[in-house]
Amino acid sequence: MVDLDTRVRPESPSPTTAPATRRRPRRQLLPYLLLIPAVVLELLIHIVPMLVGIFISFLHLTQFYIANWRQAPAAGLSNYRYALDFNQAAGKELLHSFLITLVFTVVVLAVSWALGMAAAVFLQRPFPGRAIIRTIFLIPYALPVFASVITWNFMLQRDNGVVNHVLVDQLHLVGGDRPFWLIGPNSFYSLVIVEVWRTWPFAFLMLTAGMQSISQDLYEAAGLDGAGVWAQFRGITLPMLRPVNRVLLLVLFLWTFNDFTTPYTLFGRGAPRQADLISMHIYQNSFVTWNFGTGSAMSVLLLLFLLVITGGYLRIANRGAQDA
Amino acid sequence: MRESTSFKWTRAIGLTLLAGFALLPVWVMVTSALKPLADVQDRFSWFPSHLTTQPFVDMWHTIPLASYFVNSIVVSTVASIASVLVALLAAYALSRYRFRGRQTFSVVVLSTQMFPGILFLLPLYVIFVNISNSTGLQLYGSRTGLIITYMTFTLPFAIWMLAGYLDSVPRELDEAAKVDGCGPLGSFVRVVIPAATPGIVAVLIYAFMTAWGEVLFASVLTDDSTRTLAVGLQEYATQNNVYWNQIMAAALTVSVPIVIGFLLLQRYLVAGMTAGAVK
Repeated sequence: MVDLDTRVRPESPSPTTAPATRRRPRRQLLPYLLLIPAVVLELLIHIVPMLVGIFISFLHLTQFYIANWRQAPAAGLSNYRYALDFNQAAGKELLHSFLITLVFTVVVLAVSWALGMAAAVFLQRPFPGRAIIRTIFLIPYALPVFASVITWNFMLQRDNGVVNHVLVDQLHLVGGDRPFWLIGPNSFYSLVIVEVWRTWPFAFLMLTAGMQSISQDLYEAAGLDGAGVWAQFRGITLPMLRPVNRVLLLVLFLWTFNDFTTPYTLFGRGAPRQADLISMHIYQNSFVTWNFGTGSAMSVLLLLFLLVITGGYLRIANRGAQDA
Repeated sequence: MRESTSFKWTRAIGLTLLAGFALLPVWVMVTSALKPLADVQDRFSWFPSHLTTQPFVDMWHTIPLASYFVNSIVVSTVASIASVLVALLAAYALSRYRFRGRQTFSVVVLSTQMFPGILFLLPLYVIFVNISNSTGLQLYGSRTGLIITYMTFTLPFAIWMLAGYLDSVPRELDEAAKVDGCGPLGSFVRVVIPAATPGIVAVLIYAFMTAWGEVLFASVLTDDSTRTLAVGLQEYATQNNVYWNQIMAAALTVSVPIVIGFLLLQRYLVAGMTAGAVK
């Protein structure tokens, strides 16, 4: 392992230098052959189901037709009208879930980024114990989600959980009845806290990696000019991290927005209305009513939204990159 | 570089709070797993009234945990190995060759990573049910269906990470192997793969972790006999009496191998995961 260390250094990948000058026709078949297994799998599990999903969204695919979906009657746009009719219960609930998810995502993104950034700055320069703290910060990320979130479920129990024990029994911050954390309005805050706990170490990881590529000379020069820690952060660290942030914010947004595991493990199959994230909403809607047509229409709408957001974001981010 | 005293204090307080936040669930998990049942049914206590390992014995009987364990191990192992093999071939093509469609392939594969899982779930369920009905090939409710699904899910990220690792293996090694009479695949197997081994192991761990923790598809594509831990652990909560000490013992048991694997290989994992963004 140590021997290999000296040869493999993924931290600084050498720029890709293609053997383009010695291209021979016989050899050019090989890359395609190498890609075949990956392409077949991608087609089978990603591309084809996506197309089938779009197709299903135009069908009345109820439980009678699931075993034989080609027999399902066409629905035209009625599934979409159903999902987007905000005067009816289904459309109203979908809109509600969408807005909840949006607020949830923005809050989690902001807090996770801030915590990750703080941790990365604190650990930027060596000091005794740095390696241990770094490892501690990685633990929430390394734990299997279902195991850590079920622990949070226990911690947020009303009668025997640690959260109420601290808030009510030890600090006496909450008077009166012990609050519920997994049902009712508080469930939203519980979900935010658990999601932040899971997400900020990833922000920390990415930002730490980004900081490693910032030259120490910059800080030393700034230090000679009398710039304090805060001025150095604003003048050097933040601008130099712009490329990392560009990717990090998008990835965090998509992961948080699409998250299913956390609400499912925290609340079980019945998420409270105040914490009804969009993936859970579509899932419950589809497997409670067994109407896959409307579920697929909602999924396609979700995909369109994410495509618009991602496309718009990348345009703005790339324009920003060219100006900089 | 001198650091001001106020910065050091801010740092000490900030790091303490963050470490406390990160470790609180770990503390609850570990101590509760060692508590007798009465401790976890009453008000929370920071320490067990007395230490017991009984939850680690009882947890196997409350739900069919052993069966879920086997399912998770089989599914995650096969899916991660298969995924890395497929990803290695693709990554080698992306790293060592310039060909038409290279860019398109990378973009399409990576973009599937951002799509919501729920988008694939319903059609995949319908497709699996229909394949099972018409051909008798059991994809729905079987480990095979789950394995194929998981290996595809880890594929985009695995290809991306592996291409980064292979890029960092000097091309002079390929050339030297070629001089020694190796063909392109020969030099790949004999020279490039050995040189990239830490990276490959890191991707293997990543793929294993992903499969181990996946809930959405496992909740729909498995039945009682093929259920994985990620979904099965929920069943403790549906018992009449919620044995939180057993749940914590089980959560700890399923976490320890993953966390150890992650921490041992964190250097390579972190490097691989962040390389694309930092580049």
